[in-house]
Amino acid sequence: MNTWTDIFILVLVLADFRLLATSRLAAVIQTTVLQAVCLSAFMLTMADRPWPLLLISLALVTLTIKGVVLPWLLGRAMREAGVQREIEPMVGYSSSVLIGMALLGLSFLIFVPLKASISIQSTFLLPGALFTALTGLLMIVSRKNALTQVAGYLVMENGVYAFGAALAVEEPLLVEMGVLLDVFVAVFVMGITVYQISREFDHIDTDRLSELKD
Amino acid sequence: MLFSTVLIPLILGLGVLGIPWKGVRRGILIAGGGCHALVVAALAFTKNGFPVTGTWIGLDSTGLLFLSITSVLFLSVAIYTAGYLGRDSERRVRDSVEGFLFSNEPEAIFIGCLLLFLASMSLVCISRDMGLLWVAIEATTLVSAPLISFHRHHRSLEATWKYLLICSVGIAIALLGNYFLAFAGHGKVHLNLDNLIAEAATLDQRWLKAAFLMLLVGYGTKMGMVPMHTWLPDAHSESPSMVSALLSGALLNCAFLGILRSHFILTAAGLVLFSGELLVFFGMLSMAVAAAFMIRQNDYKRMLAYSSIEHMGILALGVGLGGLAGTGAMLHAVNHSLTKGLLFLVSGHILFTYGTKKSSDVKHIIKTAPLTGCLWLAGFLAITGAPPFGPFLSELTILKGILDAGRWGVAAGYVLVLAVIFIAMARVVIPMAFGLPEQQKSIESIHVNHREPAWFAWPVMGMAMVILVLGLYIPGPVWSFLGKAAAMAGGF
Amino acid sequence: MKIMASIIHILLALMLSPFLMGIINRVKAKFAGRKGQPLLQTYYDIIKLLKKGSVYSATTTWVFRMGPVLGLAAVITSIMIIPSGGIGGVLSFSGDFILMAYALGLTRFITVVAAMDTGSAFEGMGASREAQFSIIAEVVLLLGMATLAIGTKNISLSGIYSCLWGGSASPLGPAAFLVAFALLIVLLTENARIPVDDPNTHLELTMIHEVMVLDHGGVDLAFIQYGESLKLWLFSALLAGIAIPFRTGTAYGDMAVNITGIFAIAVLVGIIESCMARLRLLHVPQMLLAALSVTIAALLWILR
Repeated sequence: MNTWTDIFILVLVLADFRLLATSRLAAVIQTTVLQAVCLSAFMLTMADRPWPLLLISLALVTLTIKGVVLPWLLGRAMREAGVQREIEPMVGYSSSVLIGMALLGLSFLIFVPLKASISIQSTFLLPGALFTALTGLLMIVSRKNALTQVAGYLVMENGVYAFGAALAVEEPLLVEMGVLLDVFVAVFVMGITVYQISREFDHIDTDRLSELKD
Repeated sequence: MLFSTVLIPLILGLGVLGIPWKGVRRGILIAGGGCHALVVAALAFTKNGFPVTGTWIGLDSTGLLFLSITSVLFLSVAIYTAGYLGRDSERRVRDSVEGFLFSNEPEAIFIGCLLLFLASMSLVCISRDMGLLWVAIEATTLVSAPLISFHRHHRSLEATWKYLLICSVGIAIALLGNYFLAFAGHGKVHLNLDNLIAEAATLDQRWLKAAFLMLLVGYGTKMGMVPMHTWLPDAHSESPSMVSALLSGALLNCAFLGILRSHFILTAAGLVLFSGELLVFFGMLSMAVAAAFMIRQNDYKRMLAYSSIEHMGILALGVGLGGLAGTGAMLHAVNHSLTKGLLFLVSGHILFTYGTKKSSDVKHIIKTAPLTGCLWLAGFLAITGAPPFGPFLSELTILKGILDAGRWGVAAGYVLVLAVIFIAMARVVIPMAFGLPEQQKSIESIHVNHREPAWFAWPVMGMAMVILVLGLYIPGPVWSFLGKAAAMAGGF
Repeated sequence: MKIMASIIHILLALMLSPFLMGIINRVKAKFAGRKGQPLLQTYYDIIKLLKKGSVYSATTTWVFRMGPVLGLAAVITSIMIIPSGGIGGVLSFSGDFILMAYALGLTRFITVVAAMDTGSAFEGMGASREAQFSIIAEVVLLLGMATLAIGTKNISLSGIYSCLWGGSASPLGPAAFLVAFALLIVLLTENARIPVDDPNTHLELTMIHEVMVLDHGGVDLAFIQYGESLKLWLFSALLAGIAIPFRTGTAYGDMAVNITGIFAIAVLVGIIESCMARLRLLHVPQMLLAALSVTIAALLWILR
């Protein structure tokens, strides 16, 4: 059970590298689905059997929202904006992967002094979750396409949510639901804004949204 | 009854989305604001209903302070909005900067989002659980995005996109901070504020410090702390003026409430020096950077936005030091919200009268629109901390607090920055108010001798009166209430 | 007993490695619907080349003549180090995987230098491309070996491989499969197969490895081709040792399993060559970086 949790986190980390390396928007969206599956899976494998009903329902809701609804929203925005690929990003793909490797090492380093004070069995979870959040942040910062930035926000939320999933049994269910709802609405609103941007500007290259400045 | 502060605007807001009659919608807006204010007043003055603590929602002094600020500001803005929509909605407007025609968002969405905005801000003020606080602050981000993009043109879309993305990322970092708080409690302590404060001694200090850092950066993004402030000037300059008033006067305060709550927790855990020093540092940084950007600022709405950043820096500075400065910061929150609201509403009228956002193109408001000109001057004097207005008293209190704590460097920096900002703003405001008409470039859509409409005049005069009164006399009970609001951070 | 098995493994490697090329070509032919070359074609080619004379350009020096010989010698040294499944190599000692990696590096170096010695533009172009890919490939190989070494707490290749799946449950778990995946990509890179380089291309501008040996002929070319087959055997043996997750316990059983695995890998390479096209030159480093990130993930997994 412990190993299964680590395996799912490992797949999560590998999915992050995939996100950093690809330029195709469809691949990005599919990888976020994979991440959602990993998230729900390790939430279950971390708890002792028999799984409480609350936990199972939370895992199912997570899977539905992060794995089905949000990718569908992003896919719809992608079709309406008519964009398939990322335009030239600020940090190239190979460089992004190299930076990702450095970030992975950094995430491990950060948690070395904090190992003793954590009560979770898996020592791979926290660095993996932090790395996912940092990958999302890197995507938001270095990519120019607005939809990739929204996907980056989604990945960042995945990483932060992984932290919360570690506490899933103790943390009140209501807050988890609230978090999920907020993420859903956030992506919904962002999708609408991207559509409006593409209609107004004829592109969704955020690097060209630079008229307001001092 | 406490939850009705959230429930009333929520239901009204959702309901307004379906109502097709303009007058009814605007009436509901004002009614919503009015009901909310009544409920808050009732909560404030009942003896036995206060303070309330609960697992999810409750009301303490700090919450009540911010809730009442929000309520008063929203009522004024609601009256202004009703009139503004009556004038500006449903017609194509000419853009002031580039001259193209654009249309506005459907009114129902705008009013609905305004009411939902009130609901989520009330939820922030009354929540006792850090998780619920996070959900509410995220909700405020999401419902205010349509408010910013009320004018449908490319600049406001750009501002909305920046706002949405930067604030969402900031709030995701704050969520991480929440989880670190949970880790500090070894997963056993619920994130309820009273729980955390009671068990503060048993929390793991390293996780607590990491949590505070994340929460500071996260909620600080929403509050407009430098260096996460980059969305603020754009959002404030492109949104309609009453939305800017609400954002500056209420939303930044609510984000600051999130930071305050975390500061309370760390104070209870004995880490007050750590969080206090961080707050002082970021406060000074925000003030300095805001001052730098206000020099030679040609857009008067952006100038007001940077002024908001500066005042949020002052708030952080005051709370970080604690003691008398903390109480001063609470008073300053009230003063700043009212003054900034006044200034933004007045600037909205200036924009309508002159049709330009550039301060160099606006001259002699005193003659063209006397009430507006007077209030513009009065607002400028107030916001820069000149007597006899309220902010003078609160900034002086904070200064006394700094000197009491023996922080000479901080005091010197504080006074210097305030002086720079006074000069920078004076360079912009005084020519606008008094500049001679011959220097004025010819602008097409000047409405000369335009009487200020009642929906504009009454709210702003009301706010100006309150600021004046607060500058002259603060009653004892109010002072002790402010002290209680700052108490948990070491104020008195 | 183990020594006998190791010596037999080396003899098999020396004799059977050109057969791997035949298998790959036959698989590709089957996919293309052709009958394909005879399975022993590589042997016929090598024997034919050994009987031929060589022509040396006047611009070349002794480096050019030394290249193929030194390359073959280095590869045979590496063959003597690698284990076959659970049984150790003949020359195994502590830290021998570094010797193996650098012997392969020496092969590459001497090929590149010999190519540049001809003074021809095509060889120089191929040399620079080869060098660019091997920068990352070598890191991946070494990190992969390091991961296995840390996981099995052993720094000799033979020790690593015998601890890997033998005895109690493997200490590495999924990390071993990640390293295997990375090693497959290194195999494709080092042996110049699709998707890195097309061995059947006849356009010099699209060649990487082929163009470097363009000027060699006769016995030199025979050595080079034989060396290539040995290198393929080498990498396949390493990969089969990791990828096949069980040990039979007996020396000859292990060797049989390993050799079956090597042939299976040859078939796999043939399938990959038939199903994929060659990647654009810009994308090859990205593929190698993917292998590197997988290896680093495996390394951090072991270290958790």
